[in-house]
Amino acid sequence: MNFLETFKVALEAILSNKMRSGLTMLGVIIGVLAVILLVSIGEGARVYITKELTGLGTNLLIITPGKTTTSGGFHPPSAGTVRKLTYDDAQALRRRAWLLTDAVPIVLGTGRIKFKNLGRDTMVIGTTPEFQRVRNLFIGIGNYVSQNDVDTKAKVAVLGTKVKEELFGDQNALGQVVMLSDARYRVIGVMQKKGTSLGWDVDDVIFIPVTSGQELFDTDSLFEILASTPRAEDVERAIAQIKNILIRRHAHKEDFSIQTQGAMLSTMDTILGVLTAVLGGIAGISLLVGGIGIMNIMLVSVRERTREIGIRKAIGARNSDIMAQFLIEAITLSGVGGVIGIILGVGIALLIPLFVTVLPTSVSLWSIAMAFSFSMAVGVFFGVYPARKASLQDPITALRYE
Amino acid sequence: MIHLSDISKTYRMGELDICALCGVSLTVKAGEIIAIMGPSGSGKSTLMNVLGCLDRPTGGTYTFEDREISAMNDDELAHVRNAKIGFVFQSFNLLPRFSALKNVEMPLVYSGVPSKYRTERAVPVLEKVGLGDRMEHKPTELSGGQQQRVAIARALVNNPPLLLADEPTGNLDSRSGEEILNILVDLNNQGVTIMIVTHDHDVAARCKRIINLKDGQVVGDRVQA
Repeated sequence: MNFLETFKVALEAILSNKMRSGLTMLGVIIGVLAVILLVSIGEGARVYITKELTGLGTNLLIITPGKTTTSGGFHPPSAGTVRKLTYDDAQALRRRAWLLTDAVPIVLGTGRIKFKNLGRDTMVIGTTPEFQRVRNLFIGIGNYVSQNDVDTKAKVAVLGTKVKEELFGDQNALGQVVMLSDARYRVIGVMQKKGTSLGWDVDDVIFIPVTSGQELFDTDSLFEILASTPRAEDVERAIAQIKNILIRRHAHKEDFSIQTQGAMLSTMDTILGVLTAVLGGIAGISLLVGGIGIMNIMLVSVRERTREIGIRKAIGARNSDIMAQFLIEAITLSGVGGVIGIILGVGIALLIPLFVTVLPTSVSLWSIAMAFSFSMAVGVFFGVYPARKASLQDPITALRYE
Repeated sequence: MIHLSDISKTYRMGELDICALCGVSLTVKAGEIIAIMGPSGSGKSTLMNVLGCLDRPTGGTYTFEDREISAMNDDELAHVRNAKIGFVFQSFNLLPRFSALKNVEMPLVYSGVPSKYRTERAVPVLEKVGLGDRMEHKPTELSGGQQQRVAIARALVNNPPLLLADEPTGNLDSRSGEEILNILVDLNNQGVTIMIVTHDHDVAARCKRIINLKDGQVVGDRVQA
């Protein structure tokens, strides 16, 4: 009895009890669907975050005050600061660290911006002109903060598109005077629209000169210094150079931390990889349950068809023929279930981003291949025992079975 | 054609060994038609199962067409059942999900005949047993006599030299039983060796040789005119 023949027999048996076969398959369908869906959501998050972090500018170095022993990853913003990072530190780096293309001092805070009777609490970032290049954020209309503005502590502001729309609507904002906390600032430019990046609305921000920012927040320290190197190979040497310069300025103490974009990227990648694996594993459990459903139904089916097994053996079926018949039946159930699950899973994964825009998905070929081969393996694994049980039936006992 | 020598089949029941067949020896020549009779529990069915290679004897030797059956493995026995022996059961034993034609084709599936030739071979056999117009019916749509004729067609489709019938008329009314018996006798006239287990003396009367069993032993073996 060849394979095609056995397959036809198995298919006939499956179709003769559509309801039962359908429900059994549903277990596998849901399992495969869950694997593909959850893995594609995990993968989607990974692809999305990698893209966003890379979009911040590669070869980025972030220097923060305070020493953290871990390299890469996130640092607690309130970590005990021994000595502050100052504007002069940034200036020193800019002058002497020749491996760096930029060293941008940053102060960060929130402030209340008012225009006429409209007000808005928003994030205020004090920067230098190079910030645009380092963070890939560019001016739309007017001018960005200039070096002269920084040197003279000019009261000038560049608005994010959202802030501009909230306060000025369709009106021209350039040249208007706004109140930022209690100081008067002149609007000199509006940024390009950028949208949300890693949960941070880049358009809901006001940029001012870093020196004005220090005055505004009444501080002489910096939130961080953003530095960048032209080539990825230079990152390690640049770090050494930064340390060298800053340690000398900080009384020979390393009381600052340097994070690299690459380290952050790989940390995130690891975290999200684990997340994807966990999601896939949870979904795998439901696939396992589906497999147990197949085994259950196959055992019932073997018992119900004891007499059929007896008859087939009496007219010449070998043990292997009976084994093949039931095994292929189980594999067909799980295989067809797997294919349906893949079609549904991929379909839903592709539809999700259209309706839930915050949930990016990425259907990977390996998750499809894995889900399918896993579902086939489930069919084989959970089909072997019932099929073997069927094939070892004694023909006489089987024929007498009522 | 068949030679049984001191065949025994014993079952263990608790402490006791009970023999269903206790040293049966007999020889069957090709072309015979034999009735096997005896009271319930005399070992008729066990003998039938041993002859039909469904069961292995616990002792003695069984030679079928010069081949030693007792020494065969499961697959070889399956091949003998498929190609050399046709079974007809009291309760027909057709597969209810399949049409009469598919039921008759079933043994050919296991002998590896491709599907287009299967129908070619099954149709004439069904016509021979008078069911040419009922081939697409399922067993449940057929009368008892018709079902037994499908079963005979299935037993014959591989042209086996031996046909074993276990109470073939037991579940049928007398008219249908008569028809089935006519078919069997007719087949015997065409050269098929036939052995029928029966209680029915009218059935036995149509057979040329009658073997009587009692308590697992042959107590009578006579040829009638």
